Amino acid sequence: MATSAASYYIPHKATWPIVGSIGLTSLLAGFANYLNGLSIGPTMMILGAGILVTMLVGWFGTVIHESVAGIYSDQVDHSFRWGMIWFITSEVFFFSAFFGALYYARIYALPWLGGEGELGVTNEILWKGFDAVWPSNGPGKVGGEFEPMEAWGIPALNTLILLTSGGTVTWAHWGLLAGNRGQLVKGLIATVALGFLFVILQAFEYHEAYTEMGLTLGSGIYGSTFFMLTGFHGLHVTIGAIILTVVLFRSIRGHFSAEHHFAFEAAAWYWHFVDVVWLGLFVFVYWL
Amino acid sequence: MTEATHEEYAIHDEHFAHGHHDEHDHHGPAKGFMRWVFTTNHKDIGTLYLVTALIMFLVGGAMALVIRAELFEPGMQYVDPAFFNQMTTLHALIMVFGAVMPAFVGFANWMIPMMIGAPDMALPRMNNWSFWILPFAFTLLASTLFMEGGAPAAGWTLYPPLVLQGGAHLPFAIFSVHLLGMSSIMGAINIIVTVFNMRAPGMTLMKLPLFVWTWVITAFLLIAVMPVFAGAVTMLLTDKFFGTSFFNAAGGGDPVLYQHLFWFFGHPEVYIMILPSFGVISTIIPTFARKPLFGYSSMVYATASIGFLSFIVWAHHQYTVGMPLAGELYFTYATMLIAVPTGVKVFNWVATMWKGAMTFETPMLFAIAFVVLFTMGGFTGLMMSISPADLQYHDTYFIVAHFHYVLVPGAVFALFAGTYYWLPKWTGHMYDEKLGKLHFWLSTVSVNVLFFPQHFLGLAGMPRRIPDYAVQFAEFNAMSSVGAFIFGFSQLIFVWVVIKAIRGGEKATDEVWEGASEHGLEWTLPSPPPYHTWTTAPDIK
Repeated sequence: MATSAASYYIPHKATWPIVGSIGLTSLLAGFANYLNGLSIGPTMMILGAGILVTMLVGWFGTVIHESVAGIYSDQVDHSFRWGMIWFITSEVFFFSAFFGALYYARIYALPWLGGEGELGVTNEILWKGFDAVWPSNGPGKVGGEFEPMEAWGIPALNTLILLTSGGTVTWAHWGLLAGNRGQLVKGLIATVALGFLFVILQAFEYHEAYTEMGLTLGSGIYGSTFFMLTGFHGLHVTIGAIILTVVLFRSIRGHFSAEHHFAFEAAAWYWHFVDVVWLGLFVFVYWL
Repeated sequence: MTEATHEEYAIHDEHFAHGHHDEHDHHGPAKGFMRWVFTTNHKDIGTLYLVTALIMFLVGGAMALVIRAELFEPGMQYVDPAFFNQMTTLHALIMVFGAVMPAFVGFANWMIPMMIGAPDMALPRMNNWSFWILPFAFTLLASTLFMEGGAPAAGWTLYPPLVLQGGAHLPFAIFSVHLLGMSSIMGAINIIVTVFNMRAPGMTLMKLPLFVWTWVITAFLLIAVMPVFAGAVTMLLTDKFFGTSFFNAAGGGDPVLYQHLFWFFGHPEVYIMILPSFGVISTIIPTFARKPLFGYSSMVYATASIGFLSFIVWAHHQYTVGMPLAGELYFTYATMLIAVPTGVKVFNWVATMWKGAMTFETPMLFAIAFVVLFTMGGFTGLMMSISPADLQYHDTYFIVAHFHYVLVPGAVFALFAGTYYWLPKWTGHMYDEKLGKLHFWLSTVSVNVLFFPQHFLGLAGMPRRIPDYAVQFAEFNAMSSVGAFIFGFSQLIFVWVVIKAIRGGEKATDEVWEGASEHGLEWTLPSPPPYHTWTTAPDIK
């Protein structure tokens, strides 16, 4: 069981980073080749993804091993905490780029195209007769007719699911702090289940959008912002649920104590971050 | 210096379970090439960053010489226009992401742990990865040169719709940007965590050397803006390959949206390159003036103010794009505000030198040149902050002159100054002062021959990013090109001085510069410092 070591642990050798770089580069170069229509692309991507997963398992495995051996002092723990906090901050800024695009399109670009405001002259010259009403796929009707996604169906249910999962992960945390492993494990199982349920419902929603509503990634600015925002969010939910699954298995094995459980908290922070992003999505993408 | 009461840091082996934990195994570096691939040591990683930056500086410089050779006289001489555009684009991307940024991260890696009394960076494995992403990212970027349609040619800003009309390079360039962003974010996280969590007891925030302060603020900027850039180029990718309409007006998007996203990143980015320069200059001037830095706390607050202001002025890069009047006015006034904290810094540097017992070794020469020439670049920046005036300057050689003044005799001179200043500490040998001074004088004279005439060209109306021009611009262009070649080849002296100091030379003392130990913990360590320093935290007065 982990106890506080007296010194700051500085590993001597890091073998995984270079493996990660090779995997990442192979994945991205493969993707780029695929986009350019080269047949080598998919092979490189699969190879790269495989290397990347191996790296993640190996690197995190090493860290878990070291953590369990109790060689991380409180100061190391603090480094991890600060590292995670600033990583999540960078993720917030990543999402803000897409929220910013949505905001700009709705508040500025579309009204201008529709003839409003100082730059409304565009409408006179280029897009006469275009009435800018959100949701819109623009004056060119890019992507054809579509139905916008209704907020009070699956999305509202998904909001409920994610908010509940925020509650269950906190309940698990209370169990951990009280030394109640049963509560910890049950709370995590519920959280992971809710997380994957969210992803399944989201996939269902996408399926409906594509097959029945005519709403695709190509449906003008509405489709672009809708799928990019919810898509990147869904990807983060998936990653968060995978992280929580690892934490669940570690909890079952008794890796965490009331004092020493950085990985749990990091996963929980990440989960809350994903939750908050969803609230923004629900309000600005689905509802308003 | 070492007291038993201090917390002891142990350096562990990868095989931590070998049973002698309490024993301090002060390993030297591993043998062979793999040392550099697997290293977690901040000094090794600092060296890797610096060597990479120097190589990229020469590559990007060679591209600049292609540009200046073509512009030596009117007409088309050596390259075709498409290749010319690829050169301007790659030159900028490589100098920004390959030379200046990694060089400052190299300084940070080497110096921050030694300056704050830490045994290493807080997250050593991630530190390794931050570096080792770079060579792969540059390989992706450079590979575009050999593709159908060549390298990206729409300028380093990658504006749509132009950038979407290029050849096969686009996804490679975009993924390269993603990788560079990951590397920068991890590096920034590491620096922040190191400074906030690894300081020696007694090293309070307001005792931090200014280089550390400027880097912390830079790191916050990086964490905030690199993801936004990543998001913007991701939208480029989906617009090109997946049918989205972010930058397509027909679909309800707007190409100007890209410019806003880009410059929300791009403006802080220029401070990312200049704030660590301020830190280097604020470190060097006190040493050679033999006085403490004038107005330390005002320097810290000025840096923080510049960091904050950098987020709210981005659209001054887009005055001509058609913004509402309120926007033009707001961005004009907000931009002018930056002159205030920047002025505080310049006056503090001058006041530090005032009545100092000054000597003029190479680092100090570069630092003084920085103060003068950077300020000149700052003034032209102030000129362009005025929206109605900028309508004349926009996309002319005036802007080229402006940003090269802040980046070359600005950021790059700060890098030279820092390298000469710390080289004896890093290598244990004094550099060749005569060659250093020769490098300084050649660089300083030629950089002005190179960039000063470009102000006139811009004011006379010569547009940037063109391979050919009207004959009335011939004289100043010829002058500029002569300056460029002298400046370019002068850098070989710098490379030689560095190599010479690594290979040998007069032994450097621990203090290196007279009285330097008053100015920072790093000068109390041996030259060169042992592989692991401050395994026991130092005493802070």
